[in-house]
Amino acid sequence: MDAIEARGAKDLTIQTAVRGDRAGEATLAELQPKLRIRNLNFYYGGFQALKNVTMDVPEHRVTAFIGPSGCGKSTLLRTLNRMYSLYPEQRAEGEILIDGENLITTKRDVSLIRARIGMVFQKPTPFPMSIYDNIAFGVRLFERLTRRDMDERVEAALTQAALWGEVKDKLGQSGQSLSGGQQQRLCIARGIAIKPEVLLLDEPCSALDPISTAKVEELIHELKTDYTVIMVTHNMQQAARVSDFTAYMYLGELIEYDATDTIFIKPKKSQTEDYITGRFG
Amino acid sequence: MSVASPTNPLYRSRRRFNLVLLAASAATLAFGLFWLAWILGTLLLEGGGALVRATLYYQMTPPPGADGGLANAIVGSLIMVTVGTLAGTPVGILAGTYLAEYGRGSWFANATRFLNDVLLSAPSIVIGLFVYSVYVAKVKHFSGLAGSFALALLVIPVVVRTTDDMLKLVPGSLREAAAALGCPTWKMVVSVTYRAARTGILTGILLAVARISGETAPLLFTALNNQFWSTALDRPMANLPVVIFQFAMSPYEDWQRLAWGGAALITLAVLALNIVARSLFRKSA
Repeated sequence: MDAIEARGAKDLTIQTAVRGDRAGEATLAELQPKLRIRNLNFYYGGFQALKNVTMDVPEHRVTAFIGPSGCGKSTLLRTLNRMYSLYPEQRAEGEILIDGENLITTKRDVSLIRARIGMVFQKPTPFPMSIYDNIAFGVRLFERLTRRDMDERVEAALTQAALWGEVKDKLGQSGQSLSGGQQQRLCIARGIAIKPEVLLLDEPCSALDPISTAKVEELIHELKTDYTVIMVTHNMQQAARVSDFTAYMYLGELIEYDATDTIFIKPKKSQTEDYITGRFG
Repeated sequence: MSVASPTNPLYRSRRRFNLVLLAASAATLAFGLFWLAWILGTLLLEGGGALVRATLYYQMTPPPGADGGLANAIVGSLIMVTVGTLAGTPVGILAGTYLAEYGRGSWFANATRFLNDVLLSAPSIVIGLFVYSVYVAKVKHFSGLAGSFALALLVIPVVVRTTDDMLKLVPGSLREAAAALGCPTWKMVVSVTYRAARTGILTGILLAVARISGETAPLLFTALNNQFWSTALDRPMANLPVVIFQFAMSPYEDWQRLAWGGAALITLAVLALNIVARSLFRKSA
Protein backbone atom coordinates (compact mmCIF):
# COMPACT_ATOMS: atom_id res chain seq x y z
CA MET A 1 0.00 0.00 0.00
CA ASP A 2 3.00 2.33 -0.17
CA ALA A 3 1.49 3.74 -3.32
CA ILE A 4 -1.10 5.81 -1.50
CA GLU A 5 1.28 7.85 0.60
CA ALA A 6 1.23 11.39 -0.60
CA ARG A 7 4.46 12.29 -2.27
CA GLY A 8 5.70 15.58 -3.55
CA ALA A 9 7.16 15.87 -6.99
CA LYS A 10 10.63 16.08 -5.45
CA ASP A 11 10.69 12.55 -4.04
CA LEU A 12 9.35 11.25 -7.27
CA THR A 13 12.67 10.56 -8.88
CA ILE A 14 14.02 8.76 -5.85
CA GLN A 15 10.90 6.71 -5.41
CA THR A 16 10.59 5.63 -9.03
CA ALA A 17 14.29 4.89 -9.24
CA VAL A 18 14.14 2.40 -6.41
CA ARG A 19 11.00 0.56 -7.43
CA GLY A 20 12.22 -2.98 -7.13
CA ASP A 21 10.31 -4.81 -9.82
CA ARG A 22 11.72 -2.61 -12.52
CA ALA A 23 15.31 -3.52 -11.75
CA GLY A 24 16.82 -5.35 -14.68
CA GLU A 25 13.83 -4.46 -16.85
CA ALA A 26 14.13 -5.12 -20.55
CA THR A 27 14.17 -2.14 -22.88
CA LEU A 28 11.44 -1.38 -25.37
CA ALA A 29 13.39 -2.87 -28.24
CA GLU A 30 13.84 -6.19 -26.48
CA LEU A 31 10.19 -6.71 -25.64
CA GLN A 32 7.55 -8.40 -27.77
CA PRO A 33 5.21 -5.67 -29.04
CA LYS A 34 1.47 -6.29 -28.73
CA LEU A 35 0.42 -3.29 -30.77
CA ARG A 36 2.51 -1.67 -33.47
CA ILE A 37 1.40 1.83 -34.30
CA ARG A 38 2.78 3.24 -37.55
CA ASN A 39 2.34 6.77 -38.94
CA LEU A 40 -1.00 7.21 -37.27
CA ASN A 41 -2.91 10.37 -38.16
CA PHE A 42 -6.29 11.18 -36.71
CA TYR A 43 -8.86 13.80 -37.67
CA TYR A 44 -11.92 15.25 -35.96
CA GLY A 45 -13.55 16.62 -39.08
CA GLY A 46 -10.94 19.08 -40.35
CA PHE A 47 -8.88 19.16 -37.17
CA GLN A 48 -5.86 16.90 -37.03
CA ALA A 49 -5.52 15.52 -33.50
CA LEU A 50 -2.72 13.00 -34.03
CA LYS A 51 0.29 13.59 -36.19
CA ASN A 52 2.37 10.70 -37.46
CA VAL A 53 2.44 8.73 -34.24
CA THR A 54 4.68 5.69 -34.41
CA MET A 55 5.29 3.44 -31.41
CA ASP A 56 5.30 -0.16 -30.20
CA VAL A 57 3.25 -1.10 -27.16
CA PRO A 58 4.94 -4.03 -25.39
CA GLU A 59 2.95 -7.08 -24.37
CA HIS A 60 2.24 -7.70 -20.66
CA ARG A 61 3.45 -4.28 -19.60
CA VAL A 62 1.71 -1.11 -18.47
CA THR A 63 2.20 1.79 -20.86
CA ALA A 64 1.11 5.28 -19.83
CA PHE A 65 0.28 8.23 -22.07
CA ILE A 66 0.91 11.58 -20.43
CA GLY A 67 0.79 15.16 -21.61
CA PRO A 68 -1.19 18.37 -21.13
CA SER A 69 -4.92 18.56 -21.89
CA GLY A 70 -5.70 18.37 -25.58
CA CYS A 71 -2.39 16.73 -26.50
CA GLY A 72 -4.15 13.77 -28.11
CA LYS A 73 -3.47 11.09 -25.52
CA SER A 74 -7.15 10.16 -25.08
CA THR A 75 -7.63 10.34 -28.84
CA LEU A 76 -4.78 7.90 -29.33
CA LEU A 77 -6.34 5.54 -26.79
CA ARG A 78 -9.76 5.76 -28.46
CA THR A 79 -8.20 4.99 -31.81
CA LEU A 80 -6.79 1.70 -30.51
CA ASN A 81 -10.23 0.07 -30.17
CA ARG A 82 -11.83 1.94 -33.07
CA MET A 83 -14.11 3.81 -30.66
CA TYR A 84 -13.98 6.68 -33.13
CA SER A 85 -15.94 4.59 -35.65
CA LEU A 86 -19.09 5.44 -33.69
CA TYR A 87 -18.78 8.99 -34.99
CA PRO A 88 -18.91 9.47 -38.75
CA GLU A 89 -16.97 12.74 -38.72
CA GLN A 90 -13.90 11.16 -37.11
CA ARG A 91 -11.35 9.21 -39.08
CA ALA A 92 -7.88 7.70 -38.74
CA GLU A 93 -5.12 6.96 -41.21
CA GLY A 94 -2.06 4.82 -40.79
CA GLU A 95 -1.51 1.45 -39.17
CA ILE A 96 -2.33 -0.09 -35.83
CA LEU A 97 -1.16 -3.67 -36.06
CA ILE A 98 -2.27 -6.35 -33.66
CA ASP A 99 -0.90 -9.79 -34.56
CA GLY A 100 -0.16 -8.43 -38.01
CA GLU A 101 -3.69 -7.19 -38.70
CA ASN A 102 -4.26 -3.49 -39.32
CA LEU A 103 -7.15 -2.42 -37.09
CA ILE A 104 -7.86 0.70 -39.09
CA THR A 105 -8.43 -0.91 -42.45
CA THR A 106 -9.59 -4.37 -41.36
CA LYS A 107 -12.75 -5.70 -43.00
CA ARG A 108 -13.69 -7.50 -39.83
CA ASP A 109 -16.57 -6.28 -37.66
CA VAL A 110 -15.33 -3.71 -35.15
CA SER A 111 -17.23 -5.59 -32.41
CA LEU A 112 -14.68 -8.38 -32.72
CA ILE A 113 -11.83 -5.91 -32.32
CA ARG A 114 -13.40 -4.24 -29.33
CA ALA A 115 -13.98 -7.56 -27.61
CA ARG A 116 -10.22 -8.16 -27.79
CA ILE A 117 -9.31 -4.65 -26.69
CA GLY A 118 -11.29 -3.69 -23.60
CA MET A 119 -11.74 -0.16 -22.37
CA VAL A 120 -12.50 1.58 -19.10
CA PHE A 121 -13.58 5.19 -19.22
CA GLN A 122 -12.82 8.26 -17.18
CA LYS A 123 -16.28 8.44 -15.68
CA PRO A 124 -17.81 5.24 -14.32
CA THR A 125 -20.44 3.94 -16.75
CA PRO A 126 -22.40 1.16 -15.04
CA PHE A 127 -25.28 -0.12 -17.16
CA PRO A 128 -28.82 0.29 -15.79
CA MET A 129 -28.97 -3.32 -14.62
CA SER A 130 -27.91 -5.40 -11.63
CA ILE A 131 -24.29 -5.67 -10.52
CA TYR A 132 -24.28 -9.29 -11.68
CA ASP A 133 -25.74 -8.47 -15.09
CA ASN A 134 -23.31 -5.59 -15.56
CA ILE A 135 -20.53 -8.19 -15.63
CA ALA A 136 -22.50 -10.96 -17.35
CA PHE A 137 -23.72 -8.69 -20.15
CA GLY A 138 -20.37 -8.48 -21.90
CA VAL A 139 -19.57 -12.16 -21.32
CA ARG A 140 -22.90 -13.25 -22.85
CA LEU A 141 -22.09 -11.41 -26.06
CA PHE A 142 -19.52 -13.99 -27.08
CA GLU A 143 -19.87 -16.93 -24.69
CA ARG A 144 -22.71 -19.25 -23.71
CA LEU A 145 -21.96 -20.26 -20.14
CA THR A 146 -23.88 -22.39 -17.69
CA ARG A 147 -25.26 -20.62 -14.66
CA ARG A 148 -22.45 -21.99 -12.51
CA ASP A 149 -19.69 -21.02 -14.91
CA MET A 150 -21.17 -17.55 -15.22
CA ASP A 151 -21.36 -17.22 -11.42
CA GLU A 152 -17.71 -18.16 -11.25
CA ARG A 153 -16.76 -15.73 -13.99
CA VAL A 154 -18.60 -12.89 -12.27
CA GLU A 155 -17.01 -13.69 -8.94
CA ALA A 156 -13.54 -13.96 -10.46
CA ALA A 157 -13.86 -10.63 -12.27
CA LEU A 158 -15.21 -8.85 -9.18
CA THR A 159 -12.50 -10.41 -7.03
CA GLN A 160 -9.80 -9.32 -9.44
CA ALA A 161 -11.23 -5.81 -9.43
CA ALA A 162 -11.14 -5.79 -5.59
CA LEU A 163 -14.90 -5.35 -5.37
CA TRP A 164 -16.18 -8.84 -4.53
CA GLY A 165 -16.10 -8.39 -0.77
CA GLU A 166 -18.17 -5.22 -0.96
CA VAL A 167 -20.88 -6.49 -3.31
CA LYS A 168 -21.09 -10.25 -2.87
CA ASP A 169 -24.29 -9.96 -0.81
CA LYS A 170 -26.04 -7.57 -3.17
CA LEU A 171 -25.32 -8.80 -6.68
CA GLY A 172 -28.98 -8.28 -7.58
CA GLN A 173 -28.89 -4.57 -6.77
CA SER A 174 -28.55 -1.97 -9.47
CA GLY A 175 -24.99 -1.23 -10.52
CA GLN A 176 -25.88 2.44 -10.38
CA SER A 177 -26.57 2.25 -6.65
CA LEU A 178 -22.85 1.82 -5.90
CA SER A 179 -20.53 4.65 -4.91
CA GLY A 180 -18.35 6.29 -7.59
CA GLY A 181 -15.25 4.32 -6.68
CA GLN A 182 -17.17 1.05 -6.56
CA GLN A 183 -18.81 1.83 -9.91
CA GLN A 184 -15.40 2.33 -11.50
CA ARG A 185 -14.11 -0.97 -10.13
CA LEU A 186 -17.33 -2.56 -11.42
CA CYS A 187 -16.51 -1.18 -14.87
CA ILE A 188 -12.99 -2.58 -14.65
CA ALA A 189 -14.43 -5.95 -13.60
CA ARG A 190 -16.79 -5.76 -16.58
CA GLY A 191 -13.85 -5.02 -18.84
CA ILE A 192 -11.71 -7.92 -17.64
CA ALA A 193 -14.60 -10.42 -17.44
CA ILE A 194 -14.60 -10.68 -21.22
CA LYS A 195 -10.90 -11.58 -21.09
CA PRO A 196 -9.56 -9.08 -23.59
CA GLU A 197 -5.91 -9.14 -24.65
CA VAL A 198 -5.41 -5.42 -24.25
CA LEU A 199 -7.02 -3.18 -21.65
CA LEU A 200 -7.32 0.54 -22.34
CA LEU A 201 -7.80 2.78 -19.31
CA ASP A 202 -8.80 6.37 -19.96
CA GLU A 203 -7.93 8.26 -16.78
CA PRO A 204 -9.53 5.53 -14.72
CA CYS A 205 -8.86 7.24 -11.39
CA SER A 206 -9.69 10.85 -12.12
CA ALA A 207 -13.10 10.59 -10.42
CA LEU A 208 -11.88 8.49 -7.51
CA ASP A 209 -10.83 9.21 -3.94
CA PRO A 210 -7.26 8.29 -2.89
CA ILE A 211 -8.22 4.94 -1.35
CA SER A 212 -10.10 3.78 -4.46
CA THR A 213 -7.25 5.11 -6.57
CA ALA A 214 -4.78 3.01 -4.63
CA LYS A 215 -6.95 -0.06 -5.10
CA VAL A 216 -7.23 0.53 -8.83
CA GLU A 217 -3.49 1.13 -9.16
CA GLU A 218 -2.75 -2.05 -7.32
CA LEU A 219 -5.16 -3.80 -9.65
CA ILE A 220 -3.46 -2.40 -12.75
CA HIS A 221 -0.21 -3.74 -11.39
CA GLU A 222 -1.66 -7.23 -11.13
CA LEU A 223 -3.42 -7.03 -14.48
CA LYS A 224 -0.26 -6.89 -16.50
CA THR A 225 0.53 -10.54 -15.88
CA ASP A 226 -2.49 -11.40 -18.05
CA TYR A 227 -3.11 -8.30 -20.11
CA THR A 228 -1.36 -5.56 -21.98
CA VAL A 229 -2.45 -2.37 -20.23
CA ILE A 230 -2.44 1.09 -21.76
CA MET A 231 -3.53 4.00 -19.65
CA VAL A 232 -4.01 7.71 -20.05
CA THR A 233 -3.38 9.75 -16.95
CA HIS A 234 -3.17 13.37 -15.96
CA ASN A 235 -1.43 12.42 -12.80
CA MET A 236 2.30 12.11 -13.34
CA GLN A 237 2.92 10.42 -10.01
CA GLN A 238 0.42 7.82 -11.07
CA ALA A 239 2.23 7.22 -14.34
CA ALA A 240 5.47 6.92 -12.40
CA ARG A 241 3.91 4.54 -9.87
CA VAL A 242 2.14 2.10 -12.14
CA SER A 243 3.58 2.20 -15.63
CA ASP A 244 6.59 0.44 -17.13
CA PHE A 245 6.74 2.66 -20.17
CA THR A 246 5.63 6.24 -20.63
CA ALA A 247 4.84 8.22 -23.73
CA TYR A 248 4.85 12.00 -23.52
CA MET A 249 2.62 13.67 -26.07
CA TYR A 250 2.16 17.29 -27.03
CA LEU A 251 -0.14 18.83 -29.65
CA GLY A 252 -0.87 15.51 -31.30
CA GLU A 253 2.75 14.45 -31.57
CA LEU A 254 4.59 11.76 -29.71
CA ILE A 255 7.50 13.69 -28.21
CA GLU A 256 9.25 11.00 -26.24
CA TYR A 257 8.56 7.38 -25.46
CA ASP A 258 10.74 5.26 -23.23
CA ALA A 259 10.96 3.30 -20.02
CA THR A 260 9.10 5.18 -17.29
CA ASP A 261 12.28 5.56 -15.22
CA THR A 262 14.09 7.13 -18.14
CA ILE A 263 11.25 9.54 -18.84
CA PHE A 264 11.03 10.64 -15.23
CA ILE A 265 14.70 10.66 -14.30
CA LYS A 266 16.68 11.57 -17.38
CA PRO A 267 14.41 12.39 -20.31
CA LYS A 268 16.25 12.94 -23.57
CA LYS A 269 14.22 15.91 -24.67
CA SER A 270 14.07 19.20 -22.82
CA GLN A 271 10.36 19.49 -23.68
CA THR A 272 9.63 16.31 -21.74
CA GLU A 273 11.77 17.46 -18.85
CA ASP A 274 9.94 20.79 -18.68
CA TYR A 275 6.60 19.00 -18.44
CA ILE A 276 7.77 16.41 -15.93
CA THR A 277 9.29 18.98 -13.63
CA GLY A 278 6.24 21.22 -13.82
CA ARG A 279 7.92 24.11 -15.62
CA PHE A 280 5.36 23.68 -18.35
CA GLY A 281 1.85 22.27 -18.68
CA MET B 1 -17.33 47.80 6.03
CA SER B 2 -17.92 45.21 3.32
CA VAL B 3 -19.86 46.31 0.24
CA ALA B 4 -22.17 43.34 0.76
CA SER B 5 -24.41 45.11 3.28
CA PRO B 6 -28.23 45.00 3.32
CA THR B 7 -28.31 48.66 2.27
CA ASN B 8 -26.25 48.10 -0.87
CA PRO B 9 -28.36 49.68 -3.67
CA LEU B 10 -27.55 46.95 -6.23
CA TYR B 11 -28.56 44.31 -3.74
CA ARG B 12 -31.78 46.14 -2.88
CA SER B 13 -32.84 46.65 -6.48
CA ARG B 14 -32.15 42.96 -7.16
CA ARG B 15 -34.34 42.01 -4.25
CA ARG B 16 -37.13 44.30 -5.44
CA PHE B 17 -36.89 42.83 -8.94
CA ASN B 18 -37.02 39.34 -7.47
CA LEU B 19 -40.16 40.19 -5.49
CA VAL B 20 -41.92 41.62 -8.55
CA LEU B 21 -41.13 38.55 -10.66
CA LEU B 22 -42.12 36.21 -7.87
CA ALA B 23 -45.46 37.97 -7.50
CA ALA B 24 -46.03 37.88 -11.26
CA SER B 25 -45.34 34.18 -11.54
CA ALA B 26 -47.50 33.41 -8.52
CA ALA B 27 -50.34 35.41 -10.10
CA THR B 28 -50.11 33.54 -13.41
CA LEU B 29 -50.02 30.25 -11.52
CA ALA B 30 -53.19 31.23 -9.66
CA PHE B 31 -54.78 32.31 -12.96
CA GLY B 32 -54.11 28.91 -14.56
CA LEU B 33 -55.19 26.93 -11.53
CA PHE B 34 -58.39 29.00 -11.21
CA TRP B 35 -59.73 27.84 -14.59
CA LEU B 36 -58.56 24.29 -14.06
CA ALA B 37 -60.30 24.14 -10.69
CA TRP B 38 -63.43 25.67 -12.23
CA ILE B 39 -63.50 23.07 -15.03
CA LEU B 40 -62.89 20.16 -12.69
CA GLY B 41 -65.36 21.55 -10.15
CA THR B 42 -68.14 22.00 -12.72
CA LEU B 43 -67.48 18.56 -14.19
CA LEU B 44 -67.73 16.88 -10.82
CA LEU B 45 -70.72 18.96 -9.75
CA GLU B 46 -72.69 18.28 -12.94
CA GLY B 47 -71.32 14.86 -13.83
CA GLY B 48 -70.62 13.50 -10.36
CA GLY B 49 -74.24 12.39 -9.94
CA ALA B 50 -74.22 10.48 -13.23
CA LEU B 51 -70.82 9.03 -12.43
CA VAL B 52 -71.97 7.24 -9.29
CA ARG B 53 -75.09 5.74 -10.90
CA ALA B 54 -74.33 2.12 -11.73
CA THR B 55 -76.57 2.22 -14.82
CA LEU B 56 -73.95 4.44 -16.50
CA TYR B 57 -71.68 1.44 -16.76
CA TYR B 58 -74.02 -1.32 -17.92
CA GLN B 59 -76.86 0.28 -19.89
CA MET B 60 -76.60 1.28 -23.54
CA THR B 61 -76.87 4.82 -24.85
CA PRO B 62 -80.59 5.55 -24.82
CA PRO B 63 -82.88 6.89 -27.52
CA PRO B 64 -83.79 10.57 -27.18
CA GLY B 65 -85.56 11.45 -23.98
CA ALA B 66 -84.99 8.10 -22.24
CA ASP B 67 -82.67 7.15 -19.42
CA GLY B 68 -79.74 4.85 -19.99
CA GLY B 69 -75.99 4.46 -19.68
CA LEU B 70 -72.78 4.68 -21.65
CA ALA B 71 -71.66 1.06 -21.59
CA ASN B 72 -71.30 0.73 -25.37
CA ALA B 73 -69.48 4.07 -25.62
CA ILE B 74 -67.09 3.20 -22.76
CA VAL B 75 -66.24 -0.17 -24.26
CA GLY B 76 -65.98 1.31 -27.78
CA SER B 77 -63.57 3.97 -26.54
CA LEU B 78 -61.52 1.37 -24.65
CA ILE B 79 -61.29 -0.84 -27.76
CA MET B 80 -60.30 1.96 -30.11
CA VAL B 81 -57.81 3.54 -27.69
CA THR B 82 -56.26 0.11 -27.08
CA VAL B 83 -56.02 -0.81 -30.76
CA GLY B 84 -54.80 2.69 -31.68
CA THR B 85 -52.12 2.56 -28.99
CA LEU B 86 -51.02 -0.98 -29.86
CA ALA B 87 -50.73 -0.02 -33.52
CA GLY B 88 -49.09 3.36 -33.05
CA THR B 89 -46.65 2.63 -30.22
CA PRO B 90 -44.30 0.18 -32.00
CA VAL B 91 -44.09 2.46 -35.03
CA GLY B 92 -43.42 5.44 -32.79
CA ILE B 93 -40.76 3.68 -30.71
CA LEU B 94 -38.95 2.30 -33.76
CA ALA B 95 -39.01 5.64 -35.55
CA GLY B 96 -37.84 7.44 -32.40
CA THR B 97 -35.06 4.89 -32.02
CA TYR B 98 -33.95 5.51 -35.58
CA LEU B 99 -33.87 9.27 -34.99
CA ALA B 100 -31.91 9.08 -31.74
CA GLU B 101 -29.62 6.09 -32.30
CA TYR B 102 -29.03 5.48 -35.98
CA GLY B 103 -29.80 8.59 -37.98
CA ARG B 104 -28.13 11.09 -35.69
CA GLY B 105 -27.13 14.14 -37.69
CA SER B 106 -28.24 12.74 -41.06
CA TRP B 107 -30.45 14.95 -43.24
CA PHE B 108 -33.01 12.17 -43.50
CA ALA B 109 -33.39 11.98 -39.72
CA ASN B 110 -33.55 15.75 -39.41
CA ALA B 111 -36.23 15.96 -42.10
CA THR B 112 -38.18 13.14 -40.44
CA ARG B 113 -37.95 14.84 -37.06
CA PHE B 114 -39.21 18.08 -38.55
CA LEU B 115 -42.14 16.40 -40.31
CA ASN B 116 -42.95 14.51 -37.14
CA ASP B 117 -43.14 17.79 -35.23
CA VAL B 118 -45.51 19.11 -37.89
CA LEU B 119 -47.64 15.99 -37.49
CA LEU B 120 -47.52 16.41 -33.71
CA SER B 121 -49.15 19.80 -33.94
CA ALA B 122 -51.52 18.97 -36.80
CA PRO B 123 -55.16 19.59 -35.82
CA SER B 124 -56.75 16.23 -35.05
CA ILE B 125 -59.67 16.99 -37.37
CA VAL B 126 -57.21 16.94 -40.25
CA ILE B 127 -56.16 13.44 -39.23
CA GLY B 128 -59.85 12.44 -39.13
CA LEU B 129 -60.49 13.84 -42.59
CA PHE B 130 -57.36 12.14 -43.90
CA VAL B 131 -58.49 8.73 -42.67
CA TYR B 132 -61.98 9.46 -43.98
CA SER B 133 -60.70 10.15 -47.48
CA VAL B 134 -58.13 7.33 -47.70
CA TYR B 135 -60.11 4.63 -45.91
CA VAL B 136 -63.72 5.36 -44.98
CA ALA B 137 -64.62 6.84 -48.35
CA LYS B 138 -63.04 3.87 -50.14
CA VAL B 139 -64.82 1.12 -48.18
CA LYS B 140 -67.94 3.29 -48.01
CA HIS B 141 -68.75 2.83 -44.34
CA PHE B 142 -67.59 4.08 -40.96
CA SER B 143 -65.85 1.60 -38.70
CA GLY B 144 -64.08 1.11 -35.39
CA LEU B 145 -60.99 0.14 -37.36
CA ALA B 146 -60.93 3.50 -39.13
CA GLY B 147 -61.27 5.17 -35.71
CA SER B 148 -58.38 3.15 -34.32
CA PHE B 149 -56.32 4.03 -37.37
CA ALA B 150 -56.95 7.74 -36.86
CA LEU B 151 -56.03 7.43 -33.17
CA ALA B 152 -52.86 5.51 -34.07
CA LEU B 153 -51.85 8.38 -36.34
CA LEU B 154 -52.17 10.68 -33.32
CA VAL B 155 -50.15 8.32 -31.10
CA ILE B 156 -47.21 7.98 -33.49
CA PRO B 157 -45.82 11.55 -33.41
CA VAL B 158 -46.15 11.78 -29.61
CA VAL B 159 -44.30 8.51 -29.08
CA VAL B 160 -41.67 9.33 -31.73
CA ARG B 161 -40.97 12.63 -30.04
CA THR B 162 -40.73 11.31 -26.48
CA THR B 163 -38.70 8.24 -27.51
CA ASP B 164 -36.29 10.44 -29.47
CA ASP B 165 -35.97 12.91 -26.59
CA MET B 166 -35.59 10.28 -23.89
CA LEU B 167 -32.97 8.30 -25.83
CA LYS B 168 -31.05 11.48 -26.44
CA LEU B 169 -30.89 12.02 -22.68
CA VAL B 170 -29.03 8.72 -22.27
CA PRO B 171 -25.35 9.70 -21.96
CA GLY B 172 -23.15 8.79 -24.92
CA SER B 173 -20.63 7.33 -22.49
CA LEU B 174 -23.07 4.48 -21.82
CA ARG B 175 -23.20 3.70 -25.55
CA GLU B 176 -19.41 3.82 -25.77
CA ALA B 177 -19.13 1.53 -22.76
CA ALA B 178 -21.37 -1.04 -24.43
CA ALA B 179 -19.52 -0.70 -27.74
CA ALA B 180 -16.20 -1.14 -25.91
CA LEU B 181 -17.31 -4.63 -24.87
CA GLY B 182 -17.81 -5.58 -28.50
CA CYS B 183 -21.56 -5.09 -28.33
CA PRO B 184 -23.34 -4.62 -31.68
CA THR B 185 -25.49 -1.50 -32.01
CA TRP B 186 -28.89 -3.20 -31.96
CA LYS B 187 -27.98 -5.08 -28.78
CA MET B 188 -26.69 -1.89 -27.20
CA VAL B 189 -29.99 -0.15 -27.98
CA VAL B 190 -32.17 -2.97 -26.70
CA SER B 191 -30.20 -3.89 -23.58
CA VAL B 192 -28.67 -0.62 -22.50
CA THR B 193 -30.26 2.56 -23.86
CA TYR B 194 -33.88 1.30 -23.80
CA ARG B 195 -33.32 0.24 -20.22
CA ALA B 196 -31.86 3.59 -19.29
CA ALA B 197 -34.74 5.46 -20.96
CA ARG B 198 -37.59 3.07 -20.23
CA THR B 199 -39.57 5.18 -17.77
CA GLY B 200 -39.36 8.18 -20.08
CA ILE B 201 -40.56 6.15 -23.06
CA LEU B 202 -43.36 4.62 -21.00
CA THR B 203 -44.40 8.08 -19.85
CA GLY B 204 -44.61 9.17 -23.49
CA ILE B 205 -46.90 6.25 -24.30
CA LEU B 206 -49.17 7.04 -21.35
CA LEU B 207 -49.34 10.69 -22.38
CA ALA B 208 -50.26 9.61 -25.91
CA VAL B 209 -53.03 7.42 -24.49
CA ALA B 210 -54.26 10.34 -22.43
CA ARG B 211 -54.27 12.52 -25.51
CA ILE B 212 -56.27 10.18 -27.74
CA SER B 213 -58.81 9.26 -25.03
CA GLY B 214 -60.44 12.64 -25.37
CA GLU B 215 -60.21 13.14 -29.14
CA THR B 216 -63.58 13.75 -30.80
CA ALA B 217 -62.80 15.18 -34.21
CA PRO B 218 -60.89 12.25 -35.71
CA LEU B 219 -63.59 9.82 -34.57
CA LEU B 220 -66.50 11.84 -36.00
CA PHE B 221 -65.27 11.07 -39.50
CA THR B 222 -64.11 7.52 -38.90
CA ALA B 223 -65.82 5.49 -36.18
CA LEU B 224 -68.87 7.75 -36.15
CA ASN B 225 -71.08 6.31 -33.42
CA ASN B 226 -73.26 3.36 -32.65
CA GLN B 227 -76.33 3.35 -30.48
CA PHE B 228 -76.05 -0.35 -29.80
CA TRP B 229 -73.59 -2.71 -28.24
CA SER B 230 -71.00 -3.59 -30.86
CA THR B 231 -67.44 -4.73 -30.52
CA ALA B 232 -66.97 -5.45 -34.23
CA LEU B 233 -64.12 -3.34 -35.57
CA ASP B 234 -65.56 -3.26 -39.09
CA ARG B 235 -68.76 -1.54 -37.98
CA PRO B 236 -69.37 1.95 -36.68
CA MET B 237 -68.39 2.00 -33.03
CA ALA B 238 -69.75 3.97 -30.11
CA ASN B 239 -67.21 6.08 -28.24
CA LEU B 240 -67.29 8.53 -25.37
CA PRO B 241 -66.10 11.73 -27.10
CA VAL B 242 -68.63 11.57 -29.95
CA VAL B 243 -71.45 10.56 -27.57
CA ILE B 244 -70.59 13.48 -25.31
CA PHE B 245 -70.53 15.79 -28.33
CA GLN B 246 -73.91 14.52 -29.55
CA PHE B 247 -75.64 14.32 -26.17
CA ALA B 248 -74.38 17.63 -24.85
CA MET B 249 -75.81 19.46 -27.89
CA SER B 250 -79.21 17.79 -27.49
CA PRO B 251 -82.23 19.36 -25.77
CA TYR B 252 -82.93 16.24 -23.67
CA GLU B 253 -82.05 16.40 -20.00
CA ASP B 254 -81.28 12.69 -19.68
CA TRP B 255 -78.82 12.92 -22.56
CA GLN B 256 -77.21 16.03 -21.13
CA ARG B 257 -76.77 14.30 -17.76
CA LEU B 258 -75.09 11.35 -19.49
CA ALA B 259 -72.83 13.73 -21.43
CA TRP B 260 -71.70 15.29 -18.15
CA GLY B 261 -71.07 11.84 -16.73
CA GLY B 262 -69.03 10.83 -19.77
CA ALA B 263 -67.03 14.03 -19.67
CA ALA B 264 -66.25 13.54 -15.98
CA LEU B 265 -65.30 9.92 -16.65
CA ILE B 266 -62.81 10.77 -19.43
CA THR B 267 -61.31 13.63 -17.44
CA LEU B 268 -60.78 11.51 -14.35
CA ALA B 269 -59.33 8.65 -16.41
CA VAL B 270 -56.89 11.01 -18.14
CA LEU B 271 -56.02 12.59 -14.79
CA ALA B 272 -55.32 9.13 -13.35
CA LEU B 273 -53.14 8.25 -16.34
CA ASN B 274 -51.16 11.44 -15.96
CA ILE B 275 -50.65 10.79 -12.27
CA VAL B 276 -49.43 7.26 -13.01
CA ALA B 277 -47.07 8.61 -15.70
CA ARG B 278 -45.67 11.21 -13.35
CA SER B 279 -45.17 8.88 -10.43
CA LEU B 280 -43.38 6.45 -12.75
CA PHE B 281 -41.13 9.23 -13.90
CA ARG B 282 -40.39 10.35 -10.37
CA LYS B 283 -39.48 6.87 -9.26
CA SER B 284 -36.79 6.69 -11.92
CA ALA B 285 -35.38 10.16 -11.34
